[in-house]
Amino acid sequence: MTRTLQAAIAAVALAISGPALALNICVEGAYPPFSETAVDGSIVGFDVDIANALCAEIDEECALVKVDWDGIIPALLERKCDAIVASMAITAERMAVIDFTKKYYQTPPMMIAAADSGLVATPEGMAGKVIGVQRGTTHNAYLDKYYGASEIRLYASQDEANLDLVAGRIDAMMADSVALSLGFLQTEPGAGFVALDGDFYEPEIHGAGNGIGIRKEDTGLRDRLSAAIDAIRANGTYQEIESQYFDFDIYGSED
Amino acid sequence: MRADLVVLNWQLFAAGVWMTLQLTFLALAIGFSIALPAGLSRARRVPVVSPLINGYVYLFRGTPLLVQTFLIYFGLAQFEWIRDSWAWTFLRDPWWCALIAFSLNSGAYGTEIIRGAIVTTGKGELEAAWALGLSRRQVDWLVLMPSALRRSLPQYGNEAVFMLQGSVVASVITLQDILGAGRTLNARYYLAYEGFLAAAILYMAITFLLVLAFRGLESRYLRHLRPRGVR
Repeated sequence: MTRTLQAAIAAVALAISGPALALNICVEGAYPPFSETAVDGSIVGFDVDIANALCAEIDEECALVKVDWDGIIPALLERKCDAIVASMAITAERMAVIDFTKKYYQTPPMMIAAADSGLVATPEGMAGKVIGVQRGTTHNAYLDKYYGASEIRLYASQDEANLDLVAGRIDAMMADSVALSLGFLQTEPGAGFVALDGDFYEPEIHGAGNGIGIRKEDTGLRDRLSAAIDAIRANGTYQEIESQYFDFDIYGSED
Repeated sequence: MRADLVVLNWQLFAAGVWMTLQLTFLALAIGFSIALPAGLSRARRVPVVSPLINGYVYLFRGTPLLVQTFLIYFGLAQFEWIRDSWAWTFLRDPWWCALIAFSLNSGAYGTEIIRGAIVTTGKGELEAAWALGLSRRQVDWLVLMPSALRRSLPQYGNEAVFMLQGSVVASVITLQDILGAGRTLNARYYLAYEGFLAAAILYMAITFLLVLAFRGLESRYLRHLRPRGVR
């Protein structure tokens, strides 16, 4: 009896843990065109393609783990995954908790509003207005620092913020320029909205590009992935993936 | 465990507590003012009105509060004519959406509590009132309703606690309630659970006070139901 029970427990434990060999990659799945959930439930986008290309480059089996943005760093720390490929900016604040590979792309921030709103994107111009932003992003930190006179409304995902901008619940929205233009402005619901003039980039807040998040102790994995980023940029894989999404180079300046 | 960050950001949680208390108590108050006439109509089986109320109660008890809130917040915003109507001044605001959803939900549960308390009123109580020659209205307002409301207290206390816990739904439509404050803290410092733990402790503390308040009301208004000689 005891032995049967033990065997059963072992079998269940094995079934739960599954194949432990794969490298688990945390992705978000709600940040088009970098990461979005397709109709069939699979996660697609630039981040996902880059993650797969990097895994092939370092010769590892990879499995995607979908995690909400505001729980994605804890998920890495609790070993629910081994790397975050989620367009995460490399900032000093995050470097205090986790480590990053070198950047794999870098795009500036942007603020958008309805074309006929006549809003000026300065803190004075936005005083008393409602600005939507994804919780826990560099854009959130930037608004907190400079836009104290506006109401900052926090969203769990960019998709929800998009919905509320269309509905007219928020006057403006701040996020990454590419995510906003390709993920929203150039889509059907985004018609009638435009980017507001302004340069919002601040290195201390927005960081030096987006990298892959790694636990601090996994220096080996970090170095292999950094090398792999260089490799796929050198062998043309990066450009091939990039051209499927963008008609310009999103890597930014060479570091 | 970074308890210091919770203490450091106490203002975040203070604002969250205020938001949660506002939504919970306003929803309970509005819900109660729906439940009182609705419960009475259901108990009396008022023609036309009673089946309608039955439909309302079934709708709001048959679906999760989260779904109701999503339908009111994201669903109604999809219709252009709603966005152009006067109702949009309220529906534009997540606070009103949450209050509407919570109030209708609490009203549905309250209706059943009140109805149940009315139909289980002891026949002797009413016969005594009739024997005294009270009019129908006097029987209702001097005997039936006070008796039913007193007896609905324990169940209503339960509903109040449920409403408090259910109010976490507000945090998914951008409101910074207690859970919203916890999530913001987690996101700001990349924490896994400290924000949730602080939220849990705050909800527990409010529940404790709520239970205490209802126990006080019960010992005052249900004194006549206690066994004699027991203090």
